[in-house]
Amino acid sequence: MDTVAIRATGVTKWFGQGDAKTCAVKDVSFEARFHEMLYIVGPSGSGKTTLLSMISGILRPDTGTVRVEDTDVWALKENALADFRLQRIGFVFQDFHLFPTLTTVENVAIPLVLKRREWDDAIKEGMKYLEVVGLTKRAKLNPTRLSGGEQQRVAIARALASGPDLMIFDEPTASLDGDTGKKIVDFVKHDVLTDHRCIVVVTHDDRIYEYADRILHMEDGRLMDGKGSADA
Amino acid sequence: MGLTFSVFLMIQMTSMFAGMMKKASATVTNTGAKVWVMDPAVTNVSSAIPMPDYMLDAARSIEGVKYAVPLYSGGALVRLKDGTYQPVTVLGLDDTSLFGRPQLIEGKIEDIYAENGFVVVKDEEFMKLENPKVGTEFELNDNRGVIVGIAKVPASGLFGIPTLYTTFNRAVQYIPSMRYTISFILIEPQSAAAIPHIREEIKRLGYDVVTEEGLIDRITNWYMFHTGMGTNLVIMTTISFIVGLSISGQTFYTFVLENFERFGALKAIGAKGRELVFMIFFQAVITGLAGYGLGIGLCAGLIALAKLRVPDYASIITYGNLVLALGMVVVISAFSGYIAVRKVLKIDPYDIFRG
Repeated sequence: MDTVAIRATGVTKWFGQGDAKTCAVKDVSFEARFHEMLYIVGPSGSGKTTLLSMISGILRPDTGTVRVEDTDVWALKENALADFRLQRIGFVFQDFHLFPTLTTVENVAIPLVLKRREWDDAIKEGMKYLEVVGLTKRAKLNPTRLSGGEQQRVAIARALASGPDLMIFDEPTASLDGDTGKKIVDFVKHDVLTDHRCIVVVTHDDRIYEYADRILHMEDGRLMDGKGSADA
Repeated sequence: MGLTFSVFLMIQMTSMFAGMMKKASATVTNTGAKVWVMDPAVTNVSSAIPMPDYMLDAARSIEGVKYAVPLYSGGALVRLKDGTYQPVTVLGLDDTSLFGRPQLIEGKIEDIYAENGFVVVKDEEFMKLENPKVGTEFELNDNRGVIVGIAKVPASGLFGIPTLYTTFNRAVQYIPSMRYTISFILIEPQSAAAIPHIREEIKRLGYDVVTEEGLIDRITNWYMFHTGMGTNLVIMTTISFIVGLSISGQTFYTFVLENFERFGALKAIGAKGRELVFMIFFQAVITGLAGYGLGIGLCAGLIALAKLRVPDYASIITYGNLVLALGMVVVISAFSGYIAVRKVLKIDPYDIFRG
């Protein structure tokens, strides 16, 4: 399936004012397709996190447009944008950001509860996603009692629970040891990536580059080839 | 914890005040008269200014008055069997009707007409008269007195002294009085609608008419505004409010700071601002109610414990106290929630990515 999932056109973002004004992302254009695992890589401060935030509807670009399939992301109003993120985007944060006072399955159910699902239904469905990531036996535990790899899986299950078209992974292996990181990315590649899902990964861990379908290199806020078409 | 402590202080202070006011108004509630006539300068029952006898006749002749009776209220020293003296409050009831008499638990009310007959109230002060029995004798201004009945009343007095009931005439006879002898005139109106007319007529004669509730309010106001008790009450309530507000506000703010990234994550996932606001206010309400309940429980427990040790301990939790404390908890919770909400609404989910 080669339908375009993300189309970013001329995306630019400035931070600061006056002499301190810097361009974090400059005139970046690229496309990502469904059933594609796209990596955005580059050194620290190259603008990859800023770019990730702009394509996921979190940070408004100063110029340029971002379309996710048929939706012009930055044409949406605030509440519609929140709905868009809830319905169509799954986030897996670098530090997972799980809720320590909730159980594992309750953490997974959060997007479902935000979608106004009944609590019992949300928990039942949360269990299904825990099954996908192989953690049903850990459902009643608090995330603090899980290993780093397990916490990462819970975060993935939570992201999956919203049924997203686009999944955003921010440094997915940064908090994990090498083997666990590889296992997680392998799992994502084979069990999470579907025909109607695009996965964008921001990383600078070259041990997992082998799982990418494409890699975009960023430096100083620009894509290295200028078009975002660099192959892995 | 902050809210619990705050509610505890608030309820403790206001219940103590309510308890003292109940005791200060004991004669009014125990007598049960609907309408009281008195000198306009009277601020509470213990400082009655006697009225002339013709006022009783005047009151009886007013249209709308079902009946009117005199009440004597005064203090005296009783000499007990062991030779010691004990101050007492003496209430002299209308000789004919004994209107306002207490409920007897021992003896017969008609014995109050017997020679030197007195009824003693069995309250927390009872033992100060050496736990008298029916037949116990004492001296009152060189007059012999005999206990002919033991009574119970809904509330005991504020000043920690025993109460004796007798007839109006005997009270006037035994206790040195001024030229006028009627402390209060108690009126039973034919209907509530008659009270304004009665008030108007009595005022024309230079005296004041208040209802039972009005007299209780007048007594409360006097203690509140003329004794310093009201100032203390306001200071303590304000302090407890500030304590609750600062602890609770700070705790909520710290909670938001500690969970800053999680709120950001929720925002990133797709939680709307109004949902986060709801979450915080829901938490503020739950915390507020928990603190409120614990504070009341703690205070009620302490009062119960204190009453075990000090039966005369003047403290009661009224609905008014509870509503006041609840109102303050609502304000504290709303303020704390507002501070937290302001912070949460400013969270930028981009910060979660930026780390």
